[in-house]
Amino acid sequence: MIALKFPEINSLLVWKDLFPGFNKISLIAILAVLISSALFFMAGRKSDVNEAPKGSRNIAEVIVDFIEDGVIMQTMGKEGLAWTPFLLTLFLFIYLCNVPAIIPFFQMPATARMAVPMFLALLVWVVFNATGIKHQGFIGYFKSVLFPPGVPKALYILVTPIELISTMLVRPFSLAVRLFANMLAGHILLVTFALLSQALFEANDKILIPVGILPFIMLVFLTSFEVLVAFLQAYIFAMLAAVYIGGAAHPEH
Amino acid sequence: MEALAHLIAAAGEPLDEAAKAALKDPKSVGAGLTNLGAGLAYGFAAIGPALGIGNLVGKSVEAMARQPEAAGMVRTTMFLGIAFTEALALIGFVVFILLKFA
Repeated sequence: MIALKFPEINSLLVWKDLFPGFNKISLIAILAVLISSALFFMAGRKSDVNEAPKGSRNIAEVIVDFIEDGVIMQTMGKEGLAWTPFLLTLFLFIYLCNVPAIIPFFQMPATARMAVPMFLALLVWVVFNATGIKHQGFIGYFKSVLFPPGVPKALYILVTPIELISTMLVRPFSLAVRLFANMLAGHILLVTFALLSQALFEANDKILIPVGILPFIMLVFLTSFEVLVAFLQAYIFAMLAAVYIGGAAHPEH
Repeated sequence: MEALAHLIAAAGEPLDEAAKAALKDPKSVGAGLTNLGAGLAYGFAAIGPALGIGNLVGKSVEAMARQPEAAGMVRTTMFLGIAFTEALALIGFVVFILLKFA
């Protein structure tokens, strides 16, 4: 029979240092920053205004349009457009950290280590709380969070603790865990099918070798599925950040 | 496995070194129960979100078919709903990872 030994989880996620204190995850994160800023510096060069946009400017315009129409206009409305730079950076960084999951020789999403999504979620938490305090004042913000209007007075005993936990703890936690677990699950899924097809291709039993094509087809299919997941998770993260910021800036009355 | 050991330690009397070593042995009953629990944790965590996402997407398609001009708004709300529903299954997946590997 085939002997399939699944590797230790650490060998899938922990990488050797390229040089002290700098491993593949840091390399991917720094590449994501460099690529996105290079793209926007190239797109932002001075050029003829009447000329049709081309090359890097075309790509940058598509991304900005997507953030403005697909994320901000759907969740925050017109007054949220000032948030475009923040959400654009967030989206592009997460997307470029997710995509190495399927790029050969990288084969690892930087967001599959908890540190990256955790700090992104904490950043969003600080930003939406600070926005709420700036727009409504300290007391006004906590009043609108803890005592949502339109609730019978007696129910506040129940509603206030729930709102406190869901806004202050569950929001950043679920934001981080959603991104982390999605990317980790995709990574482990790809590893499983790659190992399975390898074990079948190298089986001693000659009859098992053609069977190995089945997990290989699945592997190809899952790789293309990961392209979608990488985009969707970055989109959902940016959209939830927009919803939280919009809700803090303009509470329901 | 260690996580489970800590849970047991928190619930009852503290584990001695021998009990901890026994949990690490892959053939012990404790390790088997941990693996069983890990599998069940993800399996059960996936039931609710599966029903939820199926219902959610089905209803969204229905809404888009009835009112194609509102498709953009429905799609955004659908993705938001999926994100919230899916989080429950993913927490189950994290519990699985913690039980199996931590």
